[in-house]
Amino acid sequence: MKKDLICINCPMGCCLEVTYDGGKITSLKGNECPRGKDYAAKEISNPERIVTTTVRIKGASLPVIPVKTERSVPKKLAAQIVKEASRISVSAPVKAGDVIIKDVLGTGVNLIATRTMERA
Amino acid sequence: MNFEALVIGAGPAGLGAALSLKENNINDILIIDREDSPGGILMQCIHNGFGLHRFKEELTGPEYAERDIRLAREKNIAILTRACVVDIIRGSGSFDIILLSEEKGLIHVEVKVVILAMGCRERNRGNIAIPGSRPAGILTAGFAQKMMNIFGHPPGNEIVILGSGDIGLIMARRLTLEGANVKAVIEAQPYAGGLNRNIVQCLHDFEIPLYLSHTISRISGSMRVNSVEVAPIEGGAFAGSQKRFALTCDTLLLSVGLIPENELSLRAGVALDPVTHGAIVDNDLMTSVPGIFACGNALQVHDLADNVSEEAECCGRSAAQYLAGGKAKARELPLKAGNLVRYVLPMRAEAGKETTISFRPISPAQKVILTVKTDKEELIRKKERKIFPSIMHRVRIPKIPEDAQFIEVSFASEEK
Repeated sequence: MKKDLICINCPMGCCLEVTYDGGKITSLKGNECPRGKDYAAKEISNPERIVTTTVRIKGASLPVIPVKTERSVPKKLAAQIVKEASRISVSAPVKAGDVIIKDVLGTGVNLIATRTMERA
Repeated sequence: MNFEALVIGAGPAGLGAALSLKENNINDILIIDREDSPGGILMQCIHNGFGLHRFKEELTGPEYAERDIRLAREKNIAILTRACVVDIIRGSGSFDIILLSEEKGLIHVEVKVVILAMGCRERNRGNIAIPGSRPAGILTAGFAQKMMNIFGHPPGNEIVILGSGDIGLIMARRLTLEGANVKAVIEAQPYAGGLNRNIVQCLHDFEIPLYLSHTISRISGSMRVNSVEVAPIEGGAFAGSQKRFALTCDTLLLSVGLIPENELSLRAGVALDPVTHGAIVDNDLMTSVPGIFACGNALQVHDLADNVSEEAECCGRSAAQYLAGGKAKARELPLKAGNLVRYVLPMRAEAGKETTISFRPISPAQKVILTVKTDKEELIRKKERKIFPSIMHRVRIPKIPEDAQFIEVSFASEEK
């Protein structure tokens, strides 16, 4: 099987030409760095993305706080993770890096705050 | 109040410039920002993809900003938020700055150096003149981003996005994941305006159609927008009505370009460049007014915050040098945009000096050779597999030859 991909690891956006057999890459062209290889390997088997969204916060000067998955998670779970985040609410103060949802949807990845918000 | 340096804007450019001034032993600095807290536009850019060059890790906008904010606090740099500069009046060897602050009222500040780091603003419906009615529900992509990510209000349910700039693409993904129906992204150019990686992870991932060489020929709706008419562009004009189609929507987002914000610069007498819409600067990033420097999106629209920080560092360093008594300027020569190049920044540079230049291609091209040359010799020659207007190039010239009369940057087709 052959697939044309655009690497999303950095703004270069290398155009990758992957040939693969099952879940195994047999040839890869166009990547300028090793991250392209890892990206292609995941993209043909189980594509992953970092998911970012906001969570409601009480007691801060703003109503929402930005969050992200600490590492990339399966792409197909992105919408569900955003939904999970919309169901909860946290209280200020929150520090960037604080865990907001532990092991979100059983992915083994935490959802963490990406901004520090003091009590207003 | 007196300060050695005033930095206008506490985004990545302003914070970077202030930190660099401090690093170069200028301690008396004031940063002004009109928002409630520092960080600038990064605070609403909650997506990841920042910091890969500078920190060698992938951060979100607020995380990237917080690193600079923390450093500024550690170094006791004064940041006055909820304040804006009303006017910059030139004196002899100093500037009289008129400030409006929620906390302090109308105040005067005297400074020796001003760093313009106000960022840029979005082009809006008025800038692109779309025919039709004038209902609610038409907003710029960045404003929708602020509504959602800062104030927690989604802008609508059925969305059409005009323009494929990065903010529009990022918003297409954000709105889709939040449950809105993003019907299409419409782009007038035959190529996308944003980075490739954003086309993939924001549009392809969600099967959102991208109509290239199309535009919106009419907006309909009385109170709220209820549909837009999409027209292919043929020979520079809207195609005939049989080729057009309607998309129902309650929200139209515009992601149709950014313009450096320079009203203040003009008041201070700073000369602007007609292509970048930012200040005309030399290799020290000093504007046409001695003592006024510029960096970040107020100087030229960047695609990466990392590049803004790098530019700001250089700006702060040269402003510190200027404050330390300056240096005799060497002979200056112009930098010119050659074939396929939209602009080159700085616009002039000193002979004998090291200079980092920024430039953008006019249109996409494949297999080209980038050359940087003087009237006498070639300084840099580099193969580029693909170039895009969405990707800014930054190239370091180790030393501008003493005998050069000008420098020209151009892209040429690769010879066989």
